[in-house]
Amino acid sequence: MLNNSPFFRHATSVRCIMLKVLAALLPGLVAYVWFFGAAILVQLVLASVVALAVEAVMLVMRKKPLMLFLTDGSALVTAWLIVLTFPPIVPWWVTCAAVVFAIVIVKHLYGGLGQNPFNPAMAAFAAMIVAYPQLMSQWPAAGHGVDFAGQISMIFGGLDIRHLGLDALTMATPLDSLRTGLHSAEIKTSVANILATHPTYGMFGGKGWEWVAAGYLVGGIWLIQQRIISWHIPVAFLVTLTLIAGAFQIASPDNYASPLFHLLCGGSMLGAFFIATDPIAGATTPRGKLIYGAGIAFFTYIIRAFGAYPDGVAFATLLLNICAPLIDMTTQPPVFGHKKNTPKEKS
Amino acid sequence: MLQQLFRFHGGVKPPYHKEGAVTQPIAEAPLSAEYVIPLQQSIGRPPEPIVKPGEKVLRGQIIGSGLNAPAIHASTSGTVKAVEMRRIPHTSGLAALCVVIEPDGEDKWFERIPFDYRNASIDKARAFLREAGIVGLGGAVFPSHQKLNTGKSGKLDHLVINGAECEPFITCDDVLMRERGETMIRGIAILRELVRAENVLIGIEDNKPEAIAATQAAIDKLSALGENTAGMRVVAVPTRYPAGGAKQLIRVLTGIEVPHGKRSTSYGVQCFNVGTALAIYDAVALGQPLISRIITVAGNVERPGNFEARFGAPMRDLVALAGPRPDSNRIVMGGPMMGVSMPGDEVPVVKATNCILVGSPKLFPPPPPEMPCIRCGACAFACPSDLQPYEMYWFARARNFGKAQEYHLFDCIECGACAYVCPSHIPLVDYYRFAKTEIWAHERDNAAAERARARYELRTQREEREKAEKVARLAAKTAAAHEQALVAAAEQAPAEPPIIDHVPPEPEIEAMRLKIREMAKTTPPEEE
Repeated sequence: MLNNSPFFRHATSVRCIMLKVLAALLPGLVAYVWFFGAAILVQLVLASVVALAVEAVMLVMRKKPLMLFLTDGSALVTAWLIVLTFPPIVPWWVTCAAVVFAIVIVKHLYGGLGQNPFNPAMAAFAAMIVAYPQLMSQWPAAGHGVDFAGQISMIFGGLDIRHLGLDALTMATPLDSLRTGLHSAEIKTSVANILATHPTYGMFGGKGWEWVAAGYLVGGIWLIQQRIISWHIPVAFLVTLTLIAGAFQIASPDNYASPLFHLLCGGSMLGAFFIATDPIAGATTPRGKLIYGAGIAFFTYIIRAFGAYPDGVAFATLLLNICAPLIDMTTQPPVFGHKKNTPKEKS
Repeated sequence: MLQQLFRFHGGVKPPYHKEGAVTQPIAEAPLSAEYVIPLQQSIGRPPEPIVKPGEKVLRGQIIGSGLNAPAIHASTSGTVKAVEMRRIPHTSGLAALCVVIEPDGEDKWFERIPFDYRNASIDKARAFLREAGIVGLGGAVFPSHQKLNTGKSGKLDHLVINGAECEPFITCDDVLMRERGETMIRGIAILRELVRAENVLIGIEDNKPEAIAATQAAIDKLSALGENTAGMRVVAVPTRYPAGGAKQLIRVLTGIEVPHGKRSTSYGVQCFNVGTALAIYDAVALGQPLISRIITVAGNVERPGNFEARFGAPMRDLVALAGPRPDSNRIVMGGPMMGVSMPGDEVPVVKATNCILVGSPKLFPPPPPEMPCIRCGACAFACPSDLQPYEMYWFARARNFGKAQEYHLFDCIECGACAYVCPSHIPLVDYYRFAKTEIWAHERDNAAAERARARYELRTQREEREKAEKVARLAAKTAAAHEQALVAAAEQAPAEPPIIDHVPPEPEIEAMRLKIREMAKTTPPEEE
């Protein structure tokens, strides 16, 4: 009874924020299903169920109010981000292992909601791609890929695609193919050549992927409009990626893809609006967010262009997660009355 | 001419709930059966009671007076029943010294002498306002006489008059401007002369078009009557809580940000509430000290309204006038954003009471369970002081008060915007209040320890001095006795040169030297 002001509050909650993030993923998800089949939905259900179950177990073990935290939506966001960054035809147990790793180790062992120093989904992605590089690198091709039944059997049947002769129907991500194409020493080729000849490329980026990215862009802009995220990180990320990719392309158009290709490929859009903007493990001051977003873009490009992994968003995010406290500490905005442009005290 | 406005960072737009009370004219609250008037009604040392139980007092007679504190007056004529500790309007149910007056029903005024401010020094004007008990009526009750400071240049650029009234439910300033605009403008004119301000900017939130129109009409009328209203401007400011915070309003109207701990007069600007201007007119022109104010009674009541209420009246009398609904379960003094929960309904109305808000479980539901901070930054987005509330929360929670101060804890004005928007429902302001009181307590302890240390050192010094004197006296005595003995001996025997009869061997001297060196090393240095 003896509580203090303010006596009323804006109708908002952690759950509301998390649900809006999930809703914002829907346009991209629709495009995903359209181009790559419904297997992703099966993975989503699987990951969601596992995430909620593991979350419940951890909450009980940690003696936290179960329903309050179970319904906050944070476990679902982690699960969905894992699924959307993983290949949709990855075996079911990889998805489960990733979700368990994210929720148990990255989230709860560090203190649960609000305490994790790393983005759980990205940490899980990093762990899985290190542990199962091959399983994590097989992606369905848009349009003429495996049918739904085939995808399901890949997820649950433990079928080895190589023995089934499905090799032609699945392939690495467009980013990966580009790198492999460029780096294979046998034939001297160029970016333009690969993009024109390889079936995985569409108009601007990867075939199908460009539309998924567009879906994420729409959802992300909606999140900014809803003030769930601020514009700083996505803009810093996308602008920096554009500038770096542009600079490399101008310097050597044969060896480096265009900025548009980088923006619409891999995890760029998902990373810019949904992963880098995770506030718990990220920078939070306005200037800090710009540095943080630019830093992720920088490392993403470096890893894509010169690293060994197909995409760099996950590792770049984890790298910048480490820097976030330092970035925040050194970018504290001036407080009221201490800004540069305020009139000086009259002596 | 269009006034250029400036934005302040952050702010929120809570539902305003102002409709009910403004439609009713200001009503005079009837006399209560008893007036419990707390002596401390503004910051600083409380005034001392200067009346005794049994004494007759008149309306407006000084009953409490202190060195630099605004005086406290009898709200009506009657008998002093007691001078005792009573519960005051404080969340904790704190008791403080109050003068209890039983009205005689005659309501007879004490001598009322207007003040000729035009022919008085600024010191005289200050003393007058202090005697009249004038404090800021916006809610902070800062003594007004202490604000009659014109800075080093001897004049101000801007006098800001605060009619923003940004807290939900509260309409006392709104109705004041509508009904008593003319008197208020006269008060502002007096204030302007006292602080020698070039411009007067009356800031009113644009959700109060009637008050804006009424204030403008009052200025026009007075200017037609030949009063000096030059440079007075009514400015509609965007409705955004807390636009009525003094610093925020000064920022919006003049672009000046007065940092924490600095006087606004150092920046050529001073801010007064509209109610204070009216009180100053009543005091200066009519000789009536501050014994009442307009108070909004709203919330879970049938007939919300504004009442002219005298200080010391029990809050329940005012609540009764508005007809509380049966499910009412609490009384809040002030608005829902910054108000304080009252320990009971018998606590008296004081100068800081701008609103009595009646709550119910439906109107102010208990806060949802607190969740962990997810660093979403909504609080930083809403903070009008450009702070990073989530960082301060983090440090306050960890009792890392030094770090909390580094993140400008004391620049927080406790407006509650951060807690209002927090999706994790964290009572952020409570954490800041906690951290501030802990720091104050720590500083107080430190100061006490410092005093104790100084006291101890003085005593030690004194003791050492006394010991030294004693030794010296003793030495003098012995020396005298020795001399006497010597004199006596000399008288008896012829003087002989003293003989050193024992010289220690070389190794022994060396050992003694070592020992002394050792001692010099281990002995702590003498304390200063």
